[in-house]
Amino acid sequence: MSLLDILNISVRFGGVHALEEVSLNLNQGEILGLIGPNGAGKTTMLRVITGVVQPNHGEIDLEGEMLNNLSIPARVRKGLGFAQQLVRPFREMTLAENVALAAGAEQTKHPWRSMFRVDRREALRESLKWLAMVGIENAADSYPNAVPLGYLKRMEVARVLALRPRMLLLDEPLAGLNQVEATAFADILVELNSQGQTILLIEHNLAEVRRICSRLVVLDNGRKLAEGSPETVLKQPAVLEAYIGQGTVHAEN
Amino acid sequence: MGYEISLLTFMGISIIGSLSLNLITGFCGQVSLGHVAFVGIGAYTASILTKADTPFFVALLAGMLLAGSFGVMVGLASLRVRHDFLAITTMGVNFVFLGVVRQQEWLGGELGVSSIPDPGLGKLGFLALVLGCVILVALLSLQIRRSWMGYVFVAVSGDEDTARMLGLDVSRYKLIAFALGTALAGLSGGLYAHHVRFIFPDSFAFVESITLLAMVVIGGNGSILGVIVASALLSVLPQWFQFIGDYKLLLYGSLLFVVMRFSPGGLAGLAKNIFPKSKIYFALKENQ
Repeated sequence: MSLLDILNISVRFGGVHALEEVSLNLNQGEILGLIGPNGAGKTTMLRVITGVVQPNHGEIDLEGEMLNNLSIPARVRKGLGFAQQLVRPFREMTLAENVALAAGAEQTKHPWRSMFRVDRREALRESLKWLAMVGIENAADSYPNAVPLGYLKRMEVARVLALRPRMLLLDEPLAGLNQVEATAFADILVELNSQGQTILLIEHNLAEVRRICSRLVVLDNGRKLAEGSPETVLKQPAVLEAYIGQGTVHAEN
Repeated sequence: MGYEISLLTFMGISIIGSLSLNLITGFCGQVSLGHVAFVGIGAYTASILTKADTPFFVALLAGMLLAGSFGVMVGLASLRVRHDFLAITTMGVNFVFLGVVRQQEWLGGELGVSSIPDPGLGKLGFLALVLGCVILVALLSLQIRRSWMGYVFVAVSGDEDTARMLGLDVSRYKLIAFALGTALAGLSGGLYAHHVRFIFPDSFAFVESITLLAMVVIGGNGSILGVIVASALLSVLPQWFQFIGDYKLLLYGSLLFVVMRFSPGGLAGLAKNIFPKSKIYFALKENQ
């Protein structure tokens, strides 16, 4: 069943076509990999979905409801959980407090009422659960400046999970991690997915993409190049050419 | 005795003014360089109303409402401009306020508003009213800081784009900070006008905005106790020592420089460093 439908999205930055008539959909319960070379339009697509970038043309539907005119926070409250490419923790807060702020979405929904809600204990307890799920509950009371990048990446995912999103939109979560960390992180995503979490993943680490994604969409120069299962898509000459470069294809031939 | 009462009253009014700026700049991270414009709106509104025989408390309330309404308008600007640009925009608000007030005959022009009626509470009664307001504003600040609203303010102040990604309605939270902060600035203005009973445009000049900001920064951006201590000191020092009054700009400027260079957390940060685990530290950390 399709959860998110992206229909004929076009984005132009000045004269540059960042995306041209791209359509794709995200099905309930899958890990969809959105791949492509640098500048292909992957991050732009994610920004269109979250509302940071307004498309010049096209439509984004969540189970048939159009999201185009909703603000970023409104889309997040509809169930879009977005983790950014560069980790951006709140540096004044511990990791647990970072996650608890997201876990308390019910408390912060109405700004005026939030002034009269004081108790943070339940949200903090819940934050420990999410931190444990990504394996960093031991650093709950640490401040972001005191932990390594891998921890912050996990915290970012825990923070998004605490929003209980209907889908997880991840922008290069494995970038900057070494292969051991990347594999461990990818395993967490598989585990989340096995619990029913729908995931859209932008990622350059093809080994992990091939291993964990159930379906791939390839973008190149703002257009959709291919779509299908990892095995078939990654064998298509056009994909290899765009992604790895012409020389490789000739070499393999 | 009369002098001490007057001094304490002035101190209380300053504390309300700096705590109101602390809500916007300290809690929510929105730098305002023109905060005294809202003090002025409250002062002019309340004094013109009481001169027209409006009851004092009604006039005070009207000053708060008008200052808060203009505050929301400036808050709307803060949704479009950030950081340095917001600082410059709010500075402009101060000059626009002065420009308008100076030109309006019905606001007294350059001569200002004089013979503002005595609220009829007596000097001690008025001091009690001011101190009561100080306590209420301090309690309100404490409540905001320990509530989920304060939690969100910390996030907005740290990184508002990320706050949006967590589904927080950053725009409305910022507008609330501006509405509350500027309405309380209006309160301090109404009290000020009925304390000195004579106001003119220079009472609300740009240097007074800087004075308020200096109180917040020197006290420790966001620290309620620190801001109270700093504004208590900085408001009475120039009154006690004439030479400080003469060199006010120089003194505040140097203090700002020293604080930013050596203790960016202000007095509160300094206390934290000197007494890392003492009761003072916990008093400053209370309810966080």
